[in-house]
Amino acid sequence: MIRTDSPTAPAKPVEHLEAVTIRFCGDSGDGMQLAGTQFTNTSALFGNDVSTLPDFPAEIRAPAGTLPGVSGFQIRFSSSPIHTPGDKLDALVAMNPAGLKTNIMDLKAGGLLIVNEDEFNPTNLKKANYANNPLDDGSLKSFQLHKIKISTLNKEALADTGLNAKAVDRCKNFFALGLVYWLYGRPVEATLRWIEDKFSKTPDVAQANAKTLRMGYYYGETTESFVVQYVVPTAKIEPGTYRRITGNEATALGFVTAARLANKELFLGSYPITPASTILEELNRFKHYGVKTFQAEDEIAAVTSSIGAAYVGALSITTTSGPGVALKGEGMGLAVMMELPLIIVDVQRGGPSTGLPTKTEQADLLMALFGRHGESPMPVIAARSPSDCYYAAIEASRIAVKYMTPVMLLTDGYLANGSEPWRVPHYADLPGIEIQHPLEKNSVDGYMPYKRDKNLSRPWALPGTPGLEHRVGGLEKADVHGNVSYDPDNHQHMINTRAQKVANVAQDIPPTEILGDAEGDLLIIGWGGTYGSITTAVEQCRSKGFKVSAVHLRYLNPLPPDLGEILRRFDRVLVPELNRGQLRLLLRAMYLVDAEGLNKVKGKPFLVSEIVEKIESMVRQEVSV
Amino acid sequence: MSAPMNLPTLTAKDFASDQEVRWCPGCGDYSILAQVKKILPTLGIPKEKFLFVSGIGCSSRFPYYMNTYGMHSIHGRALAIATGAKVANPDLKVWVVTGDGDGLSIGGNHLLHAIRRNVEMVILLFDNRIYGLTKGQYSPTSVHGQKTKTSPLGVVDYPIHPLSVAIAAEATFVARTVDVDVKHLGEVLSAAARHQGTAFVQIYQNCVIFNDNAFEYASDKSIKSDNIVYLEHGKPLIFGKNSDKGIRMNGTHPEVVQLGNGVDASQLLVHDETLGDSSVAFMLSRMSHPEFPEPMGIFRQVVRPTFEGQMTDQLAKARKIWGEANMDLLIQGTETWTVN
Ligand code: SF4
Repeated sequence: MIRTDSPTAPAKPVEHLEAVTIRFCGDSGDGMQLAGTQFTNTSALFGNDVSTLPDFPAEIRAPAGTLPGVSGFQIRFSSSPIHTPGDKLDALVAMNPAGLKTNIMDLKAGGLLIVNEDEFNPTNLKKANYANNPLDDGSLKSFQLHKIKISTLNKEALADTGLNAKAVDRCKNFFALGLVYWLYGRPVEATLRWIEDKFSKTPDVAQANAKTLRMGYYYGETTESFVVQYVVPTAKIEPGTYRRITGNEATALGFVTAARLANKELFLGSYPITPASTILEELNRFKHYGVKTFQAEDEIAAVTSSIGAAYVGALSITTTSGPGVALKGEGMGLAVMMELPLIIVDVQRGGPSTGLPTKTEQADLLMALFGRHGESPMPVIAARSPSDCYYAAIEASRIAVKYMTPVMLLTDGYLANGSEPWRVPHYADLPGIEIQHPLEKNSVDGYMPYKRDKNLSRPWALPGTPGLEHRVGGLEKADVHGNVSYDPDNHQHMINTRAQKVANVAQDIPPTEILGDAEGDLLIIGWGGTYGSITTAVEQCRSKGFKVSAVHLRYLNPLPPDLGEILRRFDRVLVPELNRGQLRLLLRAMYLVDAEGLNKVKGKPFLVSEIVEKIESMVRQEVSV
Repeated sequence: MSAPMNLPTLTAKDFASDQEVRWCPGCGDYSILAQVKKILPTLGIPKEKFLFVSGIGCSSRFPYYMNTYGMHSIHGRALAIATGAKVANPDLKVWVVTGDGDGLSIGGNHLLHAIRRNVEMVILLFDNRIYGLTKGQYSPTSVHGQKTKTSPLGVVDYPIHPLSVAIAAEATFVARTVDVDVKHLGEVLSAAARHQGTAFVQIYQNCVIFNDNAFEYASDKSIKSDNIVYLEHGKPLIFGKNSDKGIRMNGTHPEVVQLGNGVDASQLLVHDETLGDSSVAFMLSRMSHPEFPEPMGIFRQVVRPTFEGQMTDQLAKARKIWGEANMDLLIQGTETWTVN
């Protein structure tokens, strides 16, 4: 039986903190993602606001103990609302020397450092390129170092379980987790429940994990080495029902919801690619919602199968990352030409080529906007936070079917794997998505597949409907009747019409929200996954009296109709992006504004401090001139 | 299969679109179009249920000439499009029209995978051993040494054998026919249309402009009976102007034998299109002119659950084991907490 009562109440002095950023790191086989996820769930249940940043190695199992094999999971938990997983770490748990080596630079001076001392043996030190043992050479003296023999303590705790040595060792992440639970006064019950459920088929493993989790907790309570316990009080959070959600989970759920709202079956054609694959995996779990997933033979088959499904009436999507978008280019052009609804999800990662496949970047914006042959405009929208992927997916679907067009939805690796608490909506409160398939001929001369409505959208007659038989294709079509046409004037007309149709999406864009004053010295414009860092930075600077405001774009094509006018109300414009200035290029071209950039391409999200520093330098400059 | 009572009887004319057919005069495509239009009304299926999908190439103009639903898509991708369409609406009768360039070169990957999945659709491979629409470059089925615009000294690629590829990809229906042999063409198309699974049909199609008479040996009435052998289920492989030659197994190899002088039909290979093991079908697909008469007809026709059928079953199973759809439960996931 697993004991589910809470360990005894703290006897040590308690220190209150507003927020804590902690990172678990170790070998990719050490279960760091699991420990991080559990800590996040527990903190969310406890009532903190939380934000996470998992960091995976590109290799599934790089040689154990090596630098490329390090896996990390960062969590910020707070007693006030937060938008980012934090910059510098307050605490670092390093399960091996390689983990320490690759993560120590992010720990604040004076920060809490917990290491698994057992792993700091000559072999592992060598694998991590340490000439001396950093635990003994004084190099860590600016941190509160806690050397703990986690492997040994775990082994002792599980001595009588009958599990073999390897299985026992695999439990040590739970010991570390238990210790950290004690350190921050978190209850262990949720994780105990999770263990019981997860390992229900192997009760001995379940019991071992549960036991070492509690032993880790008790260790914190009794050991002399920790003199205080920290408490991060619950945050004031909008009342409601919450869950934790990652960006890819939210994207998947968003499309299932959109299909239901539109009374459609969802079809996903996809080919596995990091970091988008989990959307395909996730949607496979929703077959009972009528979701049809097709794991195609390649990226091209993924997009073209989705086009086939769209033609016959499914809400059709294809999910991928940058290299896949490149391969889908011709298919997207076909969807533009045939004017079929289709959503292409690009979970951006570090490029070009295989680049940094597990890391985040925003360098696909211009490809999304312009990366197709011919004049082939397509609405492009971007999600700004993990849970926002849900609403962005619904919005992309709505635009696609309303305007009969392919739509690109941009997310990124940071949003895809990062998680946050999400106040879940009631399905009944979500507005429906209206679709009308013609059942009768729309002209005395028969069915006209390119006869448009007031939005310039063409009708979506479905195969199987008697009397509306028609052909679509990649050759230019004559307007209205849709027969192949090589007429020069018709081509010009159709090019203009398709462009105008996409431009018409602007009529649905709500007024742009401005964080801060509607005019002033400096406007920050961002898009996509940088929302959290930008918002936090701007809030910080504003609280210090800097005259800075921010706008975060969801619609990248078309751009919001009021954006040009907003830009003119500010003296300077700064565009922070995880690329070399793609939105900046666009804004400069579209609005003739002298926008400046803050650009970074390191596979990592912006630190709040990076944006704060930039803002302070710019606004001060402005003042001093 | 007879037409349900309430269906108006359709004719070939009902399947003709109002578009002017623009293949070169004398092109083999005309005959195939005519046969398809002729057999569709015999299937007892309403016209609106048919979807013709094609890629790029001369043959790929086909959907424009059919008064059914249709899509003339991009080069090589018709099979992937057709797969998506069939999976999304298994009610439709999906036909794919492709060529040796479209289906075997740029679209080769999709061919393998569509076939192995056994998506129910008819794949018509118009094989003219040349690129027609781009005006005369060699294709994956051009014969070794063939002189074309891009091989003035002769093709050095070795050709692909489409039926061998299809069989290797676990095809459940594989057949070959010739454009001008209209009766045989009609029969093969008819069987393909009734097959529950992927039906792959290679049609020798004459390109009068860029590769005229490439299949003369198999289509010219005066010589073809010595160069082709008709496959008939349950019957021995006999061919020749006087039906005096046959195919006999010599160990693991086929050989051509003259009937008479102690050799009779009982020693010949008897065709069985239903064999689960595809080895014999594969062997037949390797028999090439001029060493062998080339087999015509249905090489293989077996039953295997279709891709879309299995998917439909899985959706039903999922509802049974995972419960009926409930959007709020879905959105909430497995773990929630309440903030008051
Ligand atoms: S080029 Fe050849 S295949 Fe193409 S239409 Fe003309 S004859 Fe037919």
